[in-house]
Amino acid sequence: MNGDLREHFNREPLAIRLASHGVQVAFIFGVFILWFLATNVWRVSSILLPNPFDVWRQLIEVIRTGEFIRDLRITLGEFAAAFAIATVLGVAIGYAISRSRYLIKVFEPLFAAIYAIPIILFLPLYVMVWGLGPPSKIALGATIGFFPIVLNTVVGFGNVDRTLIAAARSMGASNLQMFRHVLLPGALPVVLAGLRMGFTVALLSVIGSETIASLAGLGHRIVNLAENMEMARMFAYIVFVIAIVALLNTAISTIEAYARWQ
Amino acid sequence: MAVMDTDAGVARAATTEGPLKRWLLARPGVTRIAVIALLIGSWEFAARFLLDRDFISPPSAVLISLGALLATPGVPKALGLTLYEIAIGFVLASLIGVTVGLVVGLGRFAHKSFMPIVLLLYGLPQITILPLFVLLFGIGPASKIAFGVSHGMFPIMIAVAAGVQKIDPVLMRGARSMGASPPQILYHVIFPHMVPSFFTGLRLGMTGVLLGVLLAELYVSTAGIGYFTSLFTQNLQPAKLIGLVSMLALIAVVLNTIVRRAETHYGRWRA
Repeated sequence: MNGDLREHFNREPLAIRLASHGVQVAFIFGVFILWFLATNVWRVSSILLPNPFDVWRQLIEVIRTGEFIRDLRITLGEFAAAFAIATVLGVAIGYAISRSRYLIKVFEPLFAAIYAIPIILFLPLYVMVWGLGPPSKIALGATIGFFPIVLNTVVGFGNVDRTLIAAARSMGASNLQMFRHVLLPGALPVVLAGLRMGFTVALLSVIGSETIASLAGLGHRIVNLAENMEMARMFAYIVFVIAIVALLNTAISTIEAYARWQ
Repeated sequence: MAVMDTDAGVARAATTEGPLKRWLLARPGVTRIAVIALLIGSWEFAARFLLDRDFISPPSAVLISLGALLATPGVPKALGLTLYEIAIGFVLASLIGVTVGLVVGLGRFAHKSFMPIVLLLYGLPQITILPLFVLLFGIGPASKIAFGVSHGMFPIMIAVAAGVQKIDPVLMRGARSMGASPPQILYHVIFPHMVPSFFTGLRLGMTGVLLGVLLAELYVSTAGIGYFTSLFTQNLQPAKLIGLVSMLALIAVVLNTIVRRAETHYGRWRA
């Protein structure tokens, strides 16, 4: 009842809600109109800003000819390998550490300190050791994705309510039962949040390391087009990559929400 | 499976184990240092006996070559230039972040309409437009600063807006009804309440600026550290490369620690 009342009073009037959505739509339209005016009326050089229609045509062509498939496959393959390694290592090591409060005290500050370093710095080193091809991207993505996953796994399993554990144990729960019915449900939301963060940073660092030093992949393609001054096509690829990243992020958020609900 | 050998486990171990183990159990920090020493030791061993010295250097060789690294013409200047880019980027990101954060956070309508746009822009993978930044701002420091700003300003905006949103409306109304002018309200009501979230934003912003500047440096650079990382990579000088990268990592840790300290210090008063 109380909640309902507060809900009722907090709700914005319809007019304000509509107006704020109007502002958002207008903002997006404004960006496109400015883009159109800049390229068609104010004659901004097409090397700096290509015509939106050219970009659209290029995007259609890239998708129709399917030339993106090779780069997409490489990038996604690198990312899948990186995320898999980060997940397996992060969850396994994090779980092992979380079993002892002492180990948590030893390792958590260490991981947190490393997490504060922009690990992308080590890319030249990774390239030196693993070369310009996919292995260096996989290794870097795995390293960067590992830290949020391991930290959240440690926190998730380490902070399960002690009363629940003591209660389950005193009622004679086996280790497996304890894990399945007490530890896992307690830790899952935090671990899932860590996996989602690891997913995002691993994906971005794979694309980022392709941008900086690589032989193939979507990041490489964008750089290549930039160097050849094929701006419209480059913009088309940027739009394409943003769409892919958004799609993957939506997918992982949906999976996370579903797992949480389960 | 020792599900919870935590307090009870530690206590039990402490009473039954020898004095050394008891001493260690009371000091996780010592064990942590031992773990770090072990990692560095195995790196030293692997680099000396197992791996190719052309591609990886043992930590001892890195330490020895630090002098030579700093004596390499241009390296101190490159470090200075990168620090300068980070500093300018951080200041600009803070200014833009706080201004936009205040505007978006203070008005209810502005918050409803613009916050989703800010979140949308923040969610974009900015790395895809790095080549565009270089085309627009050139390969000099300007593109690094701009890329740092674009990474750093959004977390600051979001934190500041969230902080201002949480100010009790009673305080604002009270101040206004007692005849406070807008600057007075800003200074005496909004700023003090903004402080904790402001410093949280600064910490996240620092992480963003570091990331943006370093990404742009590594992508293309004529005089900054990115120039030297690719130089050392191409010349197969792993000792210098590891030394330079470690120094930058150390700088990043120091900068992060400073903003984190500031955050806990200024966030304390209401927490």
